Amino acid sequence: MGNFYSDNRDLVFTLKNLDLSESVGMLEENYTCSAKYPGAPVDFADALDNYERVLSVVGEVSADRIAPRSREVDLHGAKFADGVVTYDPLTVQNLKDLAAAGVMGVMLPHQYGGLNFPVSVYTMMTEMVSRADASLQNIFGLQDIAETISVFGDDAQKEEYLPRFATGEFDGAMDLTEPDYGSDLPGVRLRAWQDADGNWFLNGMKRFITNGCAQVHLVLARSEEGTSDARGLSMFIAEKCPQLVVRRIEDKMGIHGVATCELQFNDVPAKLVGQRRMGLIRYVMSLMNGARVAISAQAVGIAEAAYREARKYASEREQFKSTIDKFPAIYSMLSSMKCKLTASRALLYETTRIVDLRNVYSHIVDHGTPTPEQRQLKKYYERVAAQLTPMCKALCTESANQIAYDTIQIHGGTGYMRDFNAERYYRDARITNIYEGTTQLQVVAAIGGVIQRHLDTRINEVAAEITGDKAVALKDKLMALLDKQHEAVGFVSSLKNPAYHDMMARNLVEMETIIFVGLLLLRDGVKCADRAPVAERYVLNGINDFNQRYAQVMSGDVTLIANNRDIIDY
Amino acid sequence: MSKKVLVFVKQVPDTQNITGDAMTPEGTVNRAALPAIFNPEDLNALELALQLKERYGVHVTVATMGMPAAAEVLRASLYRGADRAILLTDRALAGADTLATSYALSCCVKKLGDIDLVLCGRQAIDGDTAQVGPQIAEKLAIPQLCYVEEVKDLDDKTITVRRAIEGGYEILNAPMPALLTVIDANDPRPMNAHNIMRFKNARTKSEIARPAGQTPLTPEETAAKAAELERAGLLIEEWSAADVNAAPERVGFAGSPTKVKQVMSVVLTASEAKQVEPTEAGINELIHELISDHTLG
Repeated sequence: MGNFYSDNRDLVFTLKNLDLSESVGMLEENYTCSAKYPGAPVDFADALDNYERVLSVVGEVSADRIAPRSREVDLHGAKFADGVVTYDPLTVQNLKDLAAAGVMGVMLPHQYGGLNFPVSVYTMMTEMVSRADASLQNIFGLQDIAETISVFGDDAQKEEYLPRFATGEFDGAMDLTEPDYGSDLPGVRLRAWQDADGNWFLNGMKRFITNGCAQVHLVLARSEEGTSDARGLSMFIAEKCPQLVVRRIEDKMGIHGVATCELQFNDVPAKLVGQRRMGLIRYVMSLMNGARVAISAQAVGIAEAAYREARKYASEREQFKSTIDKFPAIYSMLSSMKCKLTASRALLYETTRIVDLRNVYSHIVDHGTPTPEQRQLKKYYERVAAQLTPMCKALCTESANQIAYDTIQIHGGTGYMRDFNAERYYRDARITNIYEGTTQLQVVAAIGGVIQRHLDTRINEVAAEITGDKAVALKDKLMALLDKQHEAVGFVSSLKNPAYHDMMARNLVEMETIIFVGLLLLRDGVKCADRAPVAERYVLNGINDFNQRYAQVMSGDVTLIANNRDIIDY
Repeated sequence: MSKKVLVFVKQVPDTQNITGDAMTPEGTVNRAALPAIFNPEDLNALELALQLKERYGVHVTVATMGMPAAAEVLRASLYRGADRAILLTDRALAGADTLATSYALSCCVKKLGDIDLVLCGRQAIDGDTAQVGPQIAEKLAIPQLCYVEEVKDLDDKTITVRRAIEGGYEILNAPMPALLTVIDANDPRPMNAHNIMRFKNARTKSEIARPAGQTPLTPEETAAKAAELERAGLLIEEWSAADVNAAPERVGFAGSPTKVKQVMSVVLTASEAKQVEPTEAGINELIHELISDHTLG
């Protein structure tokens, strides 16, 4: 009997030490929900106990049911014939098990049959499911669709859809990208039109739609004729119907268990969600930010699985009369992988914690009678979440790729073979830094906050929690880097060269990440001594990585802007 | 009127994951060293009952006979979707063999009165007798359907099941009430998050009186707390031998004719490996040898 929750010290530590009391208190309306809904927590300790118990169930389902099926699922994958997508029977069984465990509406409010859990706890589930079978997370993680209806839909829409999402009867898809509009979503062309009675219909194509065979679709469509930008787009709910045709499914490198569909909308009846023209700028941005956190968790889950395989293999494989993990070349690789994994998880749950706070304050401002202070807090957490989410996705997904890459390397030739899981993790990880916005786009989303120093308050807060001689010495080194970061940001801004700014953006975002994550890890090392060596290693590696980037930024070398064609076209 | 199903479950030491200190020096099971788990085939029986709940809307009661700690398997049943849970616990019931156990459980069925189906796991992993289910049916004089894999149909008066037999299966139909023993032919569902949150504080009176790691409560405190839990639907019923009208001479040690005569601690010693040629003739020879020493056939 395995358990992907209790066998993961880092995850157990995270739940115990991630202080969710403020957001959970607000989410549970000061624990008054317990009077109306049996099982709703009566205080924070009770809520935490619920989280732990439910995470343990999902950990067991992931370890004992989903993981043993994952190889078969990858081998067979989703099938398509005569316009119908069929999932592998084991994928269907996985979804049935998760529905039986009652975790298909994790974040939905109690009144719609949800668990009313915070994003942080839901994210831990997605991480575990992904460790078991990354492709299943793509279907499990589409709970974000229901969450979006819950936040932006009207009461009738919520009544109609949410209870059936909560039981697992409905699954969802978010239909955003089109053949010609991937990263460039403001250009989306799928047309929404109204008949004389005001009923909406959708017409056009969507491409690369994860689980496009779903019952319920959230569709980004152009409702304002004659427009060509983001402000002409609205969001609609459409249901599976004969007019909504799956044309084909993609033959992918990884995540074989889930179908990626090309959809044709032939006047599909639809319902408008929220206000017209707010489709992309408000609702889809919110949906995508949620999905970015989910994909970060997917990446961390794959990285966890890969790292464990690498560690196990290295401890069993003997060469030159010794297991290979005794060799510096291998143990330095393994420790670097572990540092990346722990760093990713630290930033992931710091991000979800802030996202949870943003959500509860947004809810009060949008639906309650907020105090001026609460309005301020909403704005603050919005800003921090807007910077952390893309930083987090960039770090987690790039790290997962590096970890999966090294896992194959540690396996040697064996890792290249289909007999081992290593190559599957590598293939599955490869999409995470592409979909829901490539790393390059995450940098675009994060750089504004880096330039405007949105994270400085939080950086100083975390730094203030670090105590103990050794940790403080390392903290001081990071705080010295923060001064250099300010200098680098000022330097890039002062050049007033947009191309140089864009070219250096990734360096600046990664430099910011090194400082912030280093501090998070040092703080956690104070709480648990066993973590201190990981923190120290991360910081020492990080300083070198930072300085290399710093030198590049400060060089002011603009030659590439002038001569990139000469290089590329040679 | 929905049908009533009673599932008997048992908390057993986990004999599947044995460690070195599983036996005491005296040759008895060292229960302290083995984690207590839900008897696996009882989980199959519960799963079958919960499927009947989904298909036919039956009401599912789960009952167990055991020490107060056995309430844990009752909570685990509530987490999976059982409607009602009963703990049959009494010092007088201790030391029971299969005869005394089946008698006590049959009294429990009679006490409940209007049960249409009794479900048991085929056997428990601590005794492996597979006797208790059939003996309950005999004492109640109702049909017994053993080694059941699935329920094909349930109508107002009869039940149709598929059961495993050597080399195949049988479809059997029986009038109700009837007793089924269930084998490992379904996939027990995981515990449900909503039910966990709802029932995690469900307790028996014994548990209320002696909360783990705290000082015992006074009888008044216990009664007050029990009343509070009952109002919230969180009191797990607790019955004594007298509550189910069991004759004292037929339960527990007194009612158990089985006596352990001797316990042998068998130490297995591996013998030499034997090489079999990977040829038709070699395999034939091996099969003949296995048949002649009754390992096969």
